[in-house]
Amino acid sequence: MSKVKKKVKTIKIDLDKCNGCRACEVVCSAFHAKPKYSSNNPARSRIRLIRDPLKDVYLPVYAGEYAAAECMGRGKYVIDGKEYSECDFCRASCPSRDVFKEPDSGLPLKCDMCEDDPAQEKPLCVQWCLNDALTYEEREEEVEEEVKPGDVEAGLESMVDKYGLQKVIDTVARMAKKS
Amino acid sequence: MRYAETGFNLEIDLTRGNIERVETDPKLTELHLGGLGTNAKILWDRVPPETEPFSPDNLLIFSAGLLVGTPAIGCNRTIVSTYSPQTLLMAYSMMGGFWAPELKYAGYDKVIFRGKSTNLIYVWINNDKVEIRDASHLKGKGAGETAELIRQELKEPNAQVAAIGLAGENRVYMASIEQGRSSASRLGIGAVMGDKGIKAIAVRGTKDINIARPAEFMELCNDVLKYIQVRSEKPVPGVMPILAGLGSPAEMKLVDEEWHTQNFMWGNSRERKKDYWNKEIEEKWKETQESVRTRLISCYNCPMKCGALISVPGISTYMMKCFSKLTYTMAAFSDLDFGFRIAQRATEYGVDGFSTPQVMAFGLELYEAGILTDQDMAGMPSDNEGRFYWLLDRIVRREGIGDVLANGTHWAAQQIGKGAEAYAHNNIKKHEQLPLKLGMLNPVYFLMYSTGEKINITQIEGQFPQAPFPTMEEREDFVKDWIQVPDEKFKQYLLDWELRGERSNPYYPTVEMSCDIVDWMERMHYIDDALGMCAGLSSFPLKPPYHIHNYPAFISSATGMDIDEGNLWEITTRNRTLVRAINVRRGLRRIDEKPPEDHWKKRFPELEEKLLDAYYKFKGWDHQGIPTKESLQELDLAYVAEDLEQRGIIKNEQS
Repeated sequence: MSKVKKKVKTIKIDLDKCNGCRACEVVCSAFHAKPKYSSNNPARSRIRLIRDPLKDVYLPVYAGEYAAAECMGRGKYVIDGKEYSECDFCRASCPSRDVFKEPDSGLPLKCDMCEDDPAQEKPLCVQWCLNDALTYEEREEEVEEEVKPGDVEAGLESMVDKYGLQKVIDTVARMAKKS
Repeated sequence: MRYAETGFNLEIDLTRGNIERVETDPKLTELHLGGLGTNAKILWDRVPPETEPFSPDNLLIFSAGLLVGTPAIGCNRTIVSTYSPQTLLMAYSMMGGFWAPELKYAGYDKVIFRGKSTNLIYVWINNDKVEIRDASHLKGKGAGETAELIRQELKEPNAQVAAIGLAGENRVYMASIEQGRSSASRLGIGAVMGDKGIKAIAVRGTKDINIARPAEFMELCNDVLKYIQVRSEKPVPGVMPILAGLGSPAEMKLVDEEWHTQNFMWGNSRERKKDYWNKEIEEKWKETQESVRTRLISCYNCPMKCGALISVPGISTYMMKCFSKLTYTMAAFSDLDFGFRIAQRATEYGVDGFSTPQVMAFGLELYEAGILTDQDMAGMPSDNEGRFYWLLDRIVRREGIGDVLANGTHWAAQQIGKGAEAYAHNNIKKHEQLPLKLGMLNPVYFLMYSTGEKINITQIEGQFPQAPFPTMEEREDFVKDWIQVPDEKFKQYLLDWELRGERSNPYYPTVEMSCDIVDWMERMHYIDDALGMCAGLSSFPLKPPYHIHNYPAFISSATGMDIDEGNLWEITTRNRTLVRAINVRRGLRRIDEKPPEDHWKKRFPELEEKLLDAYYKFKGWDHQGIPTKESLQELDLAYVAEDLEQRGIIKNEQS
């Protein structure tokens, strides 16, 4: 694979600045509603606040890649006297937990940095975080060229994992015939 | 499709163990919006005025506001309504936190409890699945502890839990309902929850809330966010620091307590310490506060940081709201360290941080006066702080003298007799007030204290400055960007208001102006309480992001109803009048509308009567404060007029 220059969009997360309000979840789910902003529901958000107030755990995490199976990771991290599980930091939409999945269908969710036409200045969660726990950064990097699966592909992959390839093919074929 | 609201209530009959999901009438949303408005409608329709607060026929309603669960910033309040054991009137205490949005996402606008459970239970609402579960293992547990245990038991870390502590279980009149970093504390609603046998309500929801006109609505939300940013950088000059910004007074963030410690009363609302605050105390308090405050926190979808996580070494971490930081400290003539320590225990017990310290100081005052004896106080330690812990423990368990004090100063004084009534000196409508004793009567505050039915001054004051600015320059500067006024005349009221002379308290603002000002301020609270908006971003601080001019667009674009300022004004008047009618039907009259006698040193009986007369008339009420038949009919409340007429309240008393 060849190397290409690419603009990398990142969100810096400062846990100390988080006031735990979950505005990031609110605006994320509203932005990704169809039509845009027509509904909101934090359970559909692609950013989730892992939150255990009495232990002072406030950890915003972004949805990343879909994972078909649980991993072995069950480690614990103790940072500043606070205990986090390895899963707390993980971005995967995975069978071990119910975050980063559409609540009705169970289809995986993934942060897309609010890519839009016209482009947003910053992802919405960053725009709504007035406490600067989330800040947006762009940098140029040389990266391996790769084709990343889109939403539909990731969704289908999870369906295949759940129901088997043949059943998905049959269903799609049947639906195609109907329409 | 219903927009902003879910269109469904949960009806739970605890006597029969029956749970129903009931669709609501959209017409009621048009008439009352939601939250407090529709709660009042339900109480009026379904709970007869003779009903005792601890009767199975009393309802306990938990309502999310109309815009809760939408992206409207800071809109997260639960409005809890019932009949209060303390005032015997309608109680509508409220809480922020995270519970109400979760209820909306579970698919409900309200949970309405009736009847009573014979054993202690908790309710688990998980979207469409709703269960009444045994809570006998949670008996006696703290409110925060209960929430943690339920989340573990359900294996649902994202469940939001509203719970009572020991005080609620024992029907202590100051019992609160605790939840997240917030609580519904006033008027004894925790006692009604305990009386019904409900230890907690846990809720988890993963459904959508719909918006009727999304693009328009989001633009308004973004404007509010922008305004909050700009306003945060521009504190209002010339007012005390805790009132210069947005949110509830920033008690957790700021250490400077010169204003509260020197202007509010210490003990049983008795002693003003005019020279209390100095450099040494400031440094000591700063050290105390910063050593225990681990994080500043907010409620759902709000950028403010009004609350804090408090970790005092050796005791469990808890979440503190704003002013409870000082109430225990000042009632006990102690220091901030004591305040943070005892507030942890009080929060777990689930008691009102306003009333409870005053009740304890009242008890100690009676003891010092010889009205309560060594026998009444048998076992009480001799040190001051120890006595407060001891009294707190007795009150929440209703043990010995605690059983009497648990009814609040008004009822306790009646029970104790021997002149104890004179010590219950800080009540309005049988309920303890903020410990403030001032010099010159302020006509606006006179009306708010007298006629407010939410019992707390903070739930009616807000939009108009508490005192005049000394110079014309400051006044002109203040009114320059005062976009929140409903009418330009309010700017002139402020410009002309002087510290001394003809245009100063008590005769200025004039009677007529005072009516205008109070009506505006109270109205904004009534809108917030119907929508579920936090007063901290709206009706409480000066120059807030939400106001009468942008609210109609917010409500219209969220719900699809088309309402303008005139409509909103009318809906609010309807809700306000209905609450008044409920209380009038339960016996509220002019004689009850009195600030404590010692609230101001300089009183003006004639002026006070004039103020009350004028305000009643302004509101469409008669001389007794009873809404007139005509004003009820104009507000689509003819059925209320009819009822009041049948009961002889309108016919006999209206002249």
